[in-house]
Amino acid sequence: MAASGCRGVRSILWKYGSCAKNLYVSRSKMVPQLPLRQISVASSLWKKNLAAAGPQKFTQEFIDKQLEEFEVGKRHLANMMGEDPETFTQEDIDRSIAYLFPSGLFEKRARPVMKHPEEIFPKQTAIQWDAEGRPFHFLFYTGKQSYYSLLHDVYEKILAIERHQDKMRNKGLFASDTKQILLTGSRWLLKEEIEENLVENISDQDYLRLIQLMEKLLSMPYCSLEEEFILKFRKQLEVQSSKYQIPALQYDPQGVAFSVADGRRKTAKASITLRDSGSGNITINGRNYLHYFPVLQNREQLMFPLLFVGMMGRFDIEGSVEGSGHSAQAGALRLAISRALLSFVSEGEVEKMRQAGLLTADPRIRERKKPGQEGARKKFTWKKR
Amino acid sequence: MAAGVLPRVRQVLRSPRLVSAVFSCHGQTFSSAAAAPDTAATEKILNFPLTQPDYFHLSELFTIKDLFEARVHLGHKKGCRHRLMEPYLFGSRLDTDIIDLEQTAEHLQRALNFTAHVAYRGGIILFVSRRRQFGHLIETTARECGEYAHTRYWKGGLLTNASIQYSPGVRLPDLILFFSTLNNVFQQHVGIRDAAKMNIPTMGIVDSNCNPSLITYPVPGNDDTPVAMEMYCRLFKMTINRAKDKRRQMELLKGISASV
Repeated sequence: MAASGCRGVRSILWKYGSCAKNLYVSRSKMVPQLPLRQISVASSLWKKNLAAAGPQKFTQEFIDKQLEEFEVGKRHLANMMGEDPETFTQEDIDRSIAYLFPSGLFEKRARPVMKHPEEIFPKQTAIQWDAEGRPFHFLFYTGKQSYYSLLHDVYEKILAIERHQDKMRNKGLFASDTKQILLTGSRWLLKEEIEENLVENISDQDYLRLIQLMEKLLSMPYCSLEEEFILKFRKQLEVQSSKYQIPALQYDPQGVAFSVADGRRKTAKASITLRDSGSGNITINGRNYLHYFPVLQNREQLMFPLLFVGMMGRFDIEGSVEGSGHSAQAGALRLAISRALLSFVSEGEVEKMRQAGLLTADPRIRERKKPGQEGARKKFTWKKR
Repeated sequence: MAAGVLPRVRQVLRSPRLVSAVFSCHGQTFSSAAAAPDTAATEKILNFPLTQPDYFHLSELFTIKDLFEARVHLGHKKGCRHRLMEPYLFGSRLDTDIIDLEQTAEHLQRALNFTAHVAYRGGIILFVSRRRQFGHLIETTARECGEYAHTRYWKGGLLTNASIQYSPGVRLPDLILFFSTLNNVFQQHVGIRDAAKMNIPTMGIVDSNCNPSLITYPVPGNDDTPVAMEMYCRLFKMTINRAKDKRRQMELLKGISASV
């Protein structure tokens, strides 16, 4: 109504504007007519500045819809594969997708995938204040509310433990040899893991400050009161020696124990049979090791695993090896012997062997020759001019 | 000269008209104007306290003796004195500046009254301090009265660049309480200047080495002793809780009278 009235006034003025130039009309309430101006049609102006937009934001409805679609799709997939929709796990989904959509792509992340929306869409913070505009969290205005709230809680716990200590001292029950938290075999969570937990970005200094505070908490005698809280920030390290597959101990018709293992080095492949209650004979490719390896270094390589565990004269070794040169073959045989020995040796010895490097496969291979160079590293003669 | 200018400025700022003007310039309406009688009742709830000098009876919360026992009168050494703090000091005794507690009591009363009115009208109050010794205490106080705290590193654009640092629709604090106006390198806290830029009223506990110019409600007092800080925290917490309880009471009464 007001707009049409406005337009009416403007049309009247347009008619009388040329003849009644002295007529003053308060234009303050009307929209002033903008002067006509050439607008640039360069395509660079139409393109959106994608870098400035930041990470893509998804609304909660979008994520809910994706979740619904995922659940329905999971049931369809289970029916397609002829399995029970109720007990269809993520592993089953992965297996079915790999079966239905076989992909020869090398990049695993480029292959078709069907995962729970929480794993695909990054976690986002919801709107942080209520209808009146008051933020929910009392540290909202700091910018990093979860991180600072965590620091606040840790400091609170430190104060609580100090008060407990003072109470015990007053009663005369203070004992410095209280139960300590076991920290061996675990490490502090990394900065990325903490960022994931807090759904917030923190800087390196922030992370170091947090670790410093946790260390302070740990340094107090009564820190075992907050053991559960501290262990939330520690990650158990997997015991390295348990990663090795110990070859099964087999028994031949005479009751003699033996184990079989393989080893590789460069392009040499070796296979070893380690027989118990022997006398230290070593046969490789049907020949005695003295004939097969005239060089002392190679024979030492063969003997080292047995020497390390101290079972020199106990085993009979029968091996076959092919490929590469004599040194690589000796290395392959050594690895195979060490692996075969795992089934005859205790847990502690396995860890010692791992630390000695007997169980690690040597990853070095021949480096390729590059074009424009004589060899892998050697360059052609350099001429100044 | 500066001392003469300041009381006049403060008198203007203290008038109830400015209290409502401060809220109007934030563009927020706290009263939900539904029906005409509702609006009238809400207007009465909001405007009546502004006509009384001490609606929340805050003068009974503290006495000058309490301030003395909490060592609020102890300032810094004579060499650290700020020129603009001289009106608030009695003088120095053995090189230590002594703050005039009668003036402090007056200023504290005004500051508490203003805080109470802001809390009564549902304003956002931000507790700020950069003293690491009292950071935890202030955060706990803020949490217990349902308000907000910032005792950490102050990021530059917090108030002035808020719509980009947070989301576009963010609401800024309506009152900022500085429990120590200096930061860790003995310079004035950036928040004082930023709040002045954004028209946000501030309250600050100014010690004898602080600059009280840009602060709306300065309270000359000691900001280094734990006893003094605990007292301030306790006073502000009681004020805010009192004001919020009063508001809830008035809303309940309005609800009862509307249904009747």
